[in-house]
Order: sequence, then C-alpha cells, then structure tokens
Amino acid sequence: MKKFLLAATAAFALAGPSVLNAAEEIHIPKEEWSFNGVMGTFDKAQLQRGFQVYKEVCSACHSLQYISFRNFTDLGYSEEQVKSLAAQYDVEDGPNDDGEMFKRKARPSDHVPKPFPNDALARVANGGALPPDLSLMTKAREGGPDYVYHLLLGYEEPPAGLELTPGLSYNKYFPGHQIGMAKQVADGIVTFADGAPSDAAHIAKDVTAFLHWAAEPKLEARHSTGVRVTLYALIFAVLAFLAKRRLWKDIKH
Amino acid sequence: MSTEKSVWRKAFEWHEERLPLVSWLDHSLGTKYPVPRNLNYWWNFGSLAMFMLAVMIFSGIFLAMNYTPHVTLAFDSVEHIMRDVNHGWLIRYMHSNGASFFFIVVYIHILRGMYYGSYKAPREVLWWMGILIYLVMMATGFLGYVLPWGQMSFWGATVITSLFSAIPAVGDSIVTLLWGGFSVDNPTLNRFFSLHYLLPFVIVGLVFLHIWALHVPGANNPLGIDATPADKIPFFPYYVMKDVFGLGVFVVIYFIAVFWFPNALGDPVNYVKANPLVTPPHIVPEWYYLPFYAILRAIPNKLLGVVAMFGAILIMFVLPWLDRHPVRSASFRPIYRVFFWLFVANALMLGWCGAQLPEGLPATLSQVGTFWYFFHLLVVLPVLSWVETPKPLPASISQPVLKAAE
Repeated sequence: MKKFLLAATAAFALAGPSVLNAAEEIHIPKEEWSFNGVMGTFDKAQLQRGFQVYKEVCSACHSLQYISFRNFTDLGYSEEQVKSLAAQYDVEDGPNDDGEMFKRKARPSDHVPKPFPNDALARVANGGALPPDLSLMTKAREGGPDYVYHLLLGYEEPPAGLELTPGLSYNKYFPGHQIGMAKQVADGIVTFADGAPSDAAHIAKDVTAFLHWAAEPKLEARHSTGVRVTLYALIFAVLAFLAKRRLWKDIKH
Repeated sequence: MSTEKSVWRKAFEWHEERLPLVSWLDHSLGTKYPVPRNLNYWWNFGSLAMFMLAVMIFSGIFLAMNYTPHVTLAFDSVEHIMRDVNHGWLIRYMHSNGASFFFIVVYIHILRGMYYGSYKAPREVLWWMGILIYLVMMATGFLGYVLPWGQMSFWGATVITSLFSAIPAVGDSIVTLLWGGFSVDNPTLNRFFSLHYLLPFVIVGLVFLHIWALHVPGANNPLGIDATPADKIPFFPYYVMKDVFGLGVFVVIYFIAVFWFPNALGDPVNYVKANPLVTPPHIVPEWYYLPFYAILRAIPNKLLGVVAMFGAILIMFVLPWLDRHPVRSASFRPIYRVFFWLFVANALMLGWCGAQLPEGLPATLSQVGTFWYFFHLLVVLPVLSWVETPKPLPASISQPVLKAAE
C-alpha cells in the first residue's frame, strides 16, 4: 500500500495530472475594488452589507472559522453592537461543575459558529460536496476577489451537448465548469439595511469585499505602514547615494 | 589636546590585547581589508545576501515564538500570526517574501561569479563554500515551505521526499527516515521544523568560511586580473558606503513586494489547509526550484531524473576545472560572453518549463534545456578553454581606470 501510494504520488506529480487539469484558460475579468491600489482601503458600509449577505445566505452552509465576533469592530460596528450581534448566536461551552456541556450565548471573543458540527454532516447536507470555509477564500483561489465575484455571477445554462452530473451546476468561471454549489446570488435576495442597491452584481460585489476583509483583515495597516516604510527607505537610499558619491569623489575607479 | 590616553581608550586597549575583536572586524570588513577599486554594482549582492540571511533569521525567530508545529494546529497558528499577533502579518510576509528575495540575490551573486570567472584559481574553495551555502539554502527553503501546512506544503513535501525512494536498495528506508513514519505526517512536520530552525545557523557558519576564503586571495574584480596594492582601496568606508546605498535601493524593492504584493510569488493553494485525501491538480515547488524541477521531469526515468537534478548543482563543484581558460573576466572573452548569456536564458526557460504541466511544448523544451545545461558545462566550457582567443588584458587595474579618469 505504501509503495503504491508513493508510486502513485510520484507518477501523479512527475507525469502530470493531465486528466484533472484539462487546463483550459478561463479568463477572469478584473474588477474595481476599493482595497486595490497603493493606499487602498475597505469601504466599511460595503463590508457591513457583505456581512449581511454572508449571514443571510452563505452562512447556511459555509463557515468563517478564523473570524471572531470581536473582529467585526473592523467593519465599523461599536463594541456594544458586536456584543449584541454575538448574543444572537448560541455556542457550546463546558464542561460545567456537573461535568456537562451546556449552551450559552456567544461572546465577542468567540469564533463565528460553524453551520455544521463536522465535515461529514456538512457533506450529507450538501449532496456529498463539502462547502469550504470562507475565511481565506479570496486568497486561496487563482484570481482572488475577481474570481470569487465572477464565480458568484457565473451561473449559466450548460452548453448544448454537455451532460451535467446530477446535483452539479454549470459555472462559466469554475475550473471544469461543474460546481457543487447551486446559484445563490440573484436580484433582491437580500434587502440591505442601508438601502443600497440589491441587484445580483451589487450583492456579489459586497459579499466578495467582505470575504476579502476576512482573508486579509490587516490590509489597511499593511498599505499605510507600507507607504511610510517605503518612503523612509527611499529617502535613506537617496541620502546614501549622495554620501557615497561624495565619499568616492576623489577615488578613481 | 593632551597625549594622555583616556580611561576608555585604556580599557579598550586592555580588552583588545586579550581578545582583538575590533581589530579582527577591522581586518575583515574594515579599513585593513583592501579591495580592488574597480568593483561594479554586481559586487553588491554578497552583502545583500548577508542582509537577507539576517532578516530571515530575525523574522524567523519571532515567527517561531507564535508557530505550532503540529498537523492539527500549524495552519491555524499561521493564521493566528496573521490576524492576532502584533504585526504578525508583517513578520510573516517579510519571512515568506524574504525567502524569494534571498534567492534572487543569491542567484545574481552566483551569476556574477560565473560572468567574471570568480571561481577560478585561486578562489576555488571560496566557490565551493558558496555552493555549499546554496545547497543548504535550498534545503532550508524547502523545509520552511512545509511548515504552514497548506496543500502545497503537504504535497510538495510528499513529492520531494519521495524522490529519495529512487535511490536503489536504501531509497525506501531513507524516505521512511525523512518522514518519521510511513507517510508525510506529524513526525515529518516536527523534524522539518527542527531542521528549518537549525540549518540557517549552519549557513551562518558557512558564510563565515566563505568570507574567510574570500580574504585569503582577496576579491576578484570586473577585469579579472590580479590587483596590486596600488589598485586597492580599503573596504571601510568606501565599499561599506557603496553597500549601504545598494541596500537602500534593494529594500525599497523588497518592501514594495512585502507591502503590496505579499502573495504574488506564492501559490494560492497553500491557503488551503493540508488534506492528504485531496491532491491539488498541479503540484509545483516554489519558483526558485523550478529550473531543477524541470530537469528532474525532463528525464523519463525517475532515478536518472533525480541524478540529473542533483547533478545539475553538484557539477558546479568542478566548474573551475571545466572552464580552464586562463582569463577570468567575460569582458575579455567575447565567445564565452555569448555562451554565458545563453546559459542564463536557458536557465530562465527551464524555470518557465518547471511551472508548466510536463506535456507538449514545455516537455520538449525541458529536454532541450536540460541537454543545453549540461552541454554548456561539460562541452562548451572545456572546448572554449582550448580555442578561445581572449582580447588583450590591461597591464593593471589602475592602467585603464586611471587613463579613463584623465
């Protein structure tokens, strides 16, 4: 068995998995994002709308395991709002002094609860497919946020002649085009608290921005620190150049 | 000014008599280390490599304080560093991008040595120490890439360690030893973490030997001719200042990568936690191994592929005897210069091939590139040693330099 696994892995890696990767290039159009660019930041109102989409739609199947409720202050919520948001969820705690597990209301320090207690149950509920955790989704796929956005909107009728595997949907942007997730984003499925437009494109955009925050929560600090550090280094380089030139003035080389 | 020595001066001299630390430094990288005056900016990459080694060790020490080498916790602990540790995102991105920049700098440093014939007598041992550093760097980089325990960490580790099974008779036992079991699992991760922390200090030791071996003959120079004392200037302050300027330019580029493109050189699949049951569709190593990965896959026989891959690096140990041309610098060897750039282009092409699926055009190019890699080293260089007529060499470094300066 061990030998077989070894040989199989090596063969797989060395010979190239041409079957799985019938690599047809899928072109993913680039989108405008507030977090792009040298000083790019998150749009907090957009993140709140995106969170609403996650909460009302995605969270039925997808976990967000690396996010704690306390992190939602990044979205512009006050600590009080985060407390009451957390309190809408029940989490298991314990054991108590009687040795029993018990349910209590979630606190800001708790992670966002997962929709399924384990992967096996998640598969059973989703026709055998495991809905992936979304905390790192925009970094874990080629194309990043652009890919996630277009995937959400990329559901189409399969081309004539293609026999879809039962239970799968056709998606223009999914590698291999047959995806386990059915179409979720449509006009008006969410009514935004701030009255923002809720057509499919806006919903997809908002939830993708939210997911990019979840994947890269320190992005704003990264950009602002980066500008300061890089400017400092630039000035340092210029001064070093001037000092070097002066020092070498009389050295023939 | 009184001629009386201050108490600090006396204390300093008392200490220097017993342990001449400052004199030693002064001889190593200070005013007592004479260097040819004509070094160009390609000579900056040695000090840059040393800087990157320091960055990697310091950032690594802080990462290790927050990282957990266990299969159930490693991936999560990296996310903990990225999200909860103060400036953890910065330390981790400096470390992960630092590996790439360390390799970029070292590759340029190696190619500079090849262009200017720095491996030739009397610098063969200096060249050997450099190859050893590079070999340990490759091992360290591979071990480190496994630690975040993402999908590519796991499957890269599986593929690369499995290569050793190609060794006849003892191969399987070696692989079991590397894994600490019968598959890549927790014992593998633990020993990889331990070795990843150990090897950088081996590199520090080798760097020490590398610099020692540099000081015996002294630095080569762009003309490749021996420098007379009149051709030299002290390392401090001249080259220290020049290296500091080079460092300033280099860190600007490094920071742009760290702060704006921190994941550009990484594989997105490694943000998915390792799963032994799901093989990623396309397993590729980090970019800095790609040329050798292409050589490995170019040869249809597994054992021979492994031999060719390791041979491609080990053959560099005998480079000073493959290229026996008496002239060092490519500036005076017009034919060698053409072949040098062909070699560089070929290595880049192999790197591109290593990232593609091994079929069709990339597969063919891998074989052509592998052939050319060895043909260049084993045939072109020895033949050129015999037949190439060099351009006339200047009598001394000062001669063309001082003439041009007039």
